[in-house]
Amino acid sequence: MQVAKAVEQIPPSGIRAFFDLVMGMKDVISLGVGEPDFVTPWNIREHAIYSLEHGYTTYTSNKGMPELRKDIVKFLKWRYDLEYDWDKEMLITVGASEAMDLVFRAILNPGEKVLVHEPCFVAYAPLVTLAGGVAVPVVTSADQGFKVTPKVLERAWTKGVKAMILNYPCNPTGTSYTRNELLAIAKFAKKHDLLVVSDEIYDELTYDFEHTPLATLPGMKARTVYLNGFSKAYAMTGFRLGWAAGPEHILAAMTKIHQYTIMCAPITSQMAGREAIRNGAKEVQAMKKEYDRRRHFIVTSLNEMGMDCHMPQGAFYAFPSIKGLKLGMSSMDFAKDLLEKEKVALVPGNAFGSQCADHIRISYASSYDNLHAAVVRMKHYLEHHRA
Amino acid sequence: MEDILEILINDARTSADEIAKMTGKPVAAVKKQIKQYEQDGTIVHYKAIINPEMVEGNQNLVRALIQVSITPQKDVGFDHIAERIYNFAEVKSCYLVSGSYDLLLVVEGTSIQTVAEFVSSKLSPMENVRQTSTHFLLKKYKDDGRIFKVAQRQKRLNITY
Repeated sequence: MQVAKAVEQIPPSGIRAFFDLVMGMKDVISLGVGEPDFVTPWNIREHAIYSLEHGYTTYTSNKGMPELRKDIVKFLKWRYDLEYDWDKEMLITVGASEAMDLVFRAILNPGEKVLVHEPCFVAYAPLVTLAGGVAVPVVTSADQGFKVTPKVLERAWTKGVKAMILNYPCNPTGTSYTRNELLAIAKFAKKHDLLVVSDEIYDELTYDFEHTPLATLPGMKARTVYLNGFSKAYAMTGFRLGWAAGPEHILAAMTKIHQYTIMCAPITSQMAGREAIRNGAKEVQAMKKEYDRRRHFIVTSLNEMGMDCHMPQGAFYAFPSIKGLKLGMSSMDFAKDLLEKEKVALVPGNAFGSQCADHIRISYASSYDNLHAAVVRMKHYLEHHRA
Repeated sequence: MEDILEILINDARTSADEIAKMTGKPVAAVKKQIKQYEQDGTIVHYKAIINPEMVEGNQNLVRALIQVSITPQKDVGFDHIAERIYNFAEVKSCYLVSGSYDLLLVVEGTSIQTVAEFVSSKLSPMENVRQTSTHFLLKKYKDDGRIFKVAQRQKRLNITY
């Protein structure tokens, strides 16, 4: 029996073999991890345990516990002066990833197009494909700090584009946008009457300026599906808890799919999420401060080594180019060689877009001691292998 | 709190070079600031936190928390008597506290007997000491924000998107 064509057509992740190589190796210092190195703050874990002790083990409302939706809506009002109806415009999902899948399935008819900026998180284009849509790449360049601008968007736009993805701060580049930059992107979206799927999962990890949710810009709430979650800000990746907020009719369509496939997000996670959103702000700030120091350390160190690395404005990734090292190899070969010889793991850029064969993603969600040791090993490698 | 202090509290080994990289400040400025902290007494001392249970030959070392009630003295209050007490080498920490007693001491000795002897021959006979209550420490779980645990296995996968 053959598998479905849509699935078959998704390019096999060329990087899978490399991942297997890393997984099989011992004593690796890994800068390849896409999740916080902090454990979920204790008050949040404790609340999850408390909920189990008190028998919270049932299904919840499909949309998620009303209390949690109300808490999030209240938080958004306080944090960004952004207002949503907790019952009609908010859905709790199994991670922001599920919300992303739901949006495309909810809005796309066969063959409709979605602008997907590159480099980007690996799941976007496949999810568009699986929903029957066509992903149209928007190529951003290193010399522009991988920014999505009206110029690159106009260059990529074709007839039949219905929506666009915007992820900021961005995995893997760390790129984010000021309010003015976002206004320019919003103008483009309005001009072409696009829905924007805005993945702002790293919003709390914005270092150089205040994060501006796209939906807060004039006229954008009606054409934005705002995705976020608990994984990155509160170090809760394993809880798999995310949410979507947006126009009522789209959220209703997403809920329809969600109720048949997922039923509801796990109640233990939702209970933990309530504690996070009510009492997590202090821990979030402490983690952010620590990431910020690591960010400065790793970017300075990479540039010292001769890698061209822009200062990422958010998330916990640096995305340097290895071209200046003159190693005469692709980032994939470099990653393999570095792993073999120095046992340092990082992710080759081509995992995130076809144009990124000269880049590597370095996650600084790793202890300072690890980062320091990895830098020493990388320097050692370059001393012996640079021409 | 100031960045440099926060970093050093977390790891006193962090060099000025590294602090400069982490904070984006010039190395010279970081060095100067640290020197000033050392001179004005903001930074008192640098030391390692050791888990005594892991140190060979150290297993017999005992620590006790001792609650001390004292009669304060005219003009100097508790300070004078506190000084007489904290100058003993056995006294590792000394706090003035509110509540049902006045001083809380952390006292260290090579055995229960040596600590008991310190209490009975040095501490209790002091003129202004009214009462003491000694609690021997059985196990240290957490000290100054650090949890004492044998290395844990890594839980994250080595590589993820």
